[in-house]
Amino acid sequence: MFKCKAVWNKLAPLVRASSTLCLQNARKSVLRHGRRLEMVQKAQMSSGPAGGGGENTLYYVLVGATCLGTGVYAYRTVSGDKERYNERMIDLVNRPKQGPRAAEAVTEVVAGSKEEPVEEPTLTEAPVEEPLVTEAVVEFTESEPVTEPLVEASIPEPTVETLVTESVVEASVPESIIEVSVTEPVAEAPAVTQSEEPLASVVESETEPTPVIITAHVPEASPVSESAAVSEPAPAAEPVESTAAHSDVPEHAPYLLIGGGTASFAAARSIRARDPGARVLIVTEESELPYMRPPLSKELWFSDDPKATETLSFKQWNGKERSIYFQPPSFYVSPTDLAKVENGGVAVLTGRKVVHMDVRENKVKLSDGAEISYEKCLIATGGVPRNLQVIDRAGEEVMKRTTLFRKIEDFRSLEKISREVKSITIIGGGFLGSELACALGRRSTDLGLEVIQMFPEKGNMGKVLPEYLSNWTTEKVRKEGVNIIMDAVVKNVSYKNDKLEIKLKDGRLIETDHVVAAVGLEPSVELAKSAGLEVDSDFGGYRVNAELQARSNIWVAGDAACFYDIKLGRRRVEHHDHAVVSGRLAGENMTGASKPYWHQSMFWSDLGPDVGYEAIGIVDSSLPTVGVFAKATAKDTPKAATEQSGTGIRSESETEAVAVTLKAETTAPPPPVQQKEDYGKGVVFYLRDNVVVGIVLWNVFNRMPIARKIIKDGEQHADLNEVAKLFNIHED
Amino acid sequence: MSYCKQEGKDRIIFVTKEDHEAPSNAELIEDDPNDPYEDHGLILPNGDINWNCPCLGGMASGPCGQQFKDAFSCFHYSKEEVKGSDCVENFRSMQECMQKYPELYPQEDDNDSAPSGGADNAPTASTSTDSLPTSSPDSTPAATENPAAS
Repeated sequence: MFKCKAVWNKLAPLVRASSTLCLQNARKSVLRHGRRLEMVQKAQMSSGPAGGGGENTLYYVLVGATCLGTGVYAYRTVSGDKERYNERMIDLVNRPKQGPRAAEAVTEVVAGSKEEPVEEPTLTEAPVEEPLVTEAVVEFTESEPVTEPLVEASIPEPTVETLVTESVVEASVPESIIEVSVTEPVAEAPAVTQSEEPLASVVESETEPTPVIITAHVPEASPVSESAAVSEPAPAAEPVESTAAHSDVPEHAPYLLIGGGTASFAAARSIRARDPGARVLIVTEESELPYMRPPLSKELWFSDDPKATETLSFKQWNGKERSIYFQPPSFYVSPTDLAKVENGGVAVLTGRKVVHMDVRENKVKLSDGAEISYEKCLIATGGVPRNLQVIDRAGEEVMKRTTLFRKIEDFRSLEKISREVKSITIIGGGFLGSELACALGRRSTDLGLEVIQMFPEKGNMGKVLPEYLSNWTTEKVRKEGVNIIMDAVVKNVSYKNDKLEIKLKDGRLIETDHVVAAVGLEPSVELAKSAGLEVDSDFGGYRVNAELQARSNIWVAGDAACFYDIKLGRRRVEHHDHAVVSGRLAGENMTGASKPYWHQSMFWSDLGPDVGYEAIGIVDSSLPTVGVFAKATAKDTPKAATEQSGTGIRSESETEAVAVTLKAETTAPPPPVQQKEDYGKGVVFYLRDNVVVGIVLWNVFNRMPIARKIIKDGEQHADLNEVAKLFNIHED
Repeated sequence: MSYCKQEGKDRIIFVTKEDHEAPSNAELIEDDPNDPYEDHGLILPNGDINWNCPCLGGMASGPCGQQFKDAFSCFHYSKEEVKGSDCVENFRSMQECMQKYPELYPQEDDNDSAPSGGADNAPTASTSTDSLPTSSPDSTPAATENPAAS
């Protein structure tokens, strides 16, 4: 550079002189005749500046040499850079590969984007351990979870910013640090590149309305840089860590449902119904396909079939057999086929837990390290049974003899235990506890089993039913053969003489062989931290809005969702029908419906086959209630209700309001049975500020639509007896 | 004779049949048929089929969902004198598909499964869906009326 300048400086005056001279000569020759040219030239020769001709030549030679020199210099610089670049690339490729990593590889390279031809510092800053070498091309991974595009794709790697001579070539190779997140099955992990290079067009995932993994970007084209970049056209190298275990995990799922329970299945069905060809992936920690829970504490226990525990099928009242699984395995598509199958489908990935959720990049990480990117995600993780602190602390022997009942395996294990031990104690007086107590109580005489149920309240369902009904219920449970201990607060559980000893606060001691703890559900919100989602402090669970949305593209349904109910306020509901309704709603909203929680879910409980109730809304015994009762006849039993409507499970008949019309006729009514109970059948209204917010239908069935309507209206009714008339409680 | 008692905050009313014979004077709000939030039955207010209706069970979402939707849509919009007679092809391909999944779509005639043909609260397995595929293409229009009619 300096050489040039120096030389130029020296030559400048000469150049000026010679140029003016040239001009003058030219003018002269133009003005005179063309013939005169020769003479001019001759004259030039003689009349030029001292040694002009020779000096001119010299001048030309010098200038030419300078230019040549410059050109050579520039060329050498550029090709030297290219060589260095190549060497660097080879270096990177040969660097030992490391485990899959996530986003923290992204570091900006600003430093490099400026004048320094330094690659080292920037590259070392970027902890890129997945050097997958390819060309930097803009790749846009579509919603199609097809791995092909990904193959061609991405993996731009840190490129060198080459400093080039200003005067000649502008080879600015944008430096980009790539964050490579490797998903196991295929090497072509979608990677997000972040580049500071102003020249490059950066595609940011945030700008995408539907988040898609964006890979790479186009570096500013310039002949040299392009050749430099293209110099390593080697396709992506297979990461070492792709193992067989990950081979069945798809990399991308347009609809990802975390959790494989009722809400998740309902959402899957809803999505498939509304989005033709949708590809839905359910990821569940359990090893089972989606199944329904209520029969685990009800019908399965009443089944006469000895194989019930294996097949998990049961015969319903009307003889219809069904399985607790929502669909048989043939309904589902295998996860590996999900991307390819023509009309889409639902795939279930069992035995995998989602441990980390990256909301910015729209992907999740599984317990085995696999990563799945998504477009829409549902969190339906449900919860885990709560345990009593005293049992937790009581040691292994006690824990071995304790069941926290929720899943299929818990059912199987408890069923087996019930046949082996002499005494089982159920701690908890809510739905699950009471149902299990009734179920076990019925078997107690056959099995010679003592069934004890204890709880702190005054009666079964004490937190749900008003006191008089709770007392009535407790009596009913007692009749099923259960020894009920009320006002029981467990202080201590210990293992003594091959028995469990439960010590209550008031001093009573109970000896038993096995304990079932049914003391509530702890919603699973482990993903809240990594996903940055809000957890509700009052009700627990993920806090979502009225449309069940936590954030863009993330919805929550089922037991884990603390949602806003337009009519009844913020709540979290742990019932089966709610899981179905909220799952279905979430599925609708994931396919663009934008509907709030509107259809009120219901719940039911059967205390044995002879008495049961259905309920809807907020059914909290601390609210003031108004109950309207009639006498019950033998016709008013759950059994009769199902026989009437011809459905197997009462829950079916309730939501079947659309497809099923009330069948008024029955066979000849059985002779009315004298019932001593005062509360045979009726309706109980739960009031909040004089508005009905909850209704219990006590031994009256198939009236849920009316109840739903009353809650939806949210009116203040002066006389609830008039409202009760709407239910026709005296009729069937 | 009805009577009433109060237990703390809870009121209890006992009523006889006669007491409830007079029609109720409780006022209920008129339902808006075009309420966008409301769950609709099989047919939406605008005449389209509600594929998400619980009454359809898993028919529209299963492996043969697309064929089912095509066949049923064709039937629904059919203007032929014998409704659905122009949809034989669709029904045939639907049946072909369903035959590939006998577990999901059992082929035997199961009469009393009709009412539960779509239960979604406890979404039924294959047994609930057989009201539709049990019929041959000729009588499918009749069969498919089942969910529509109920």
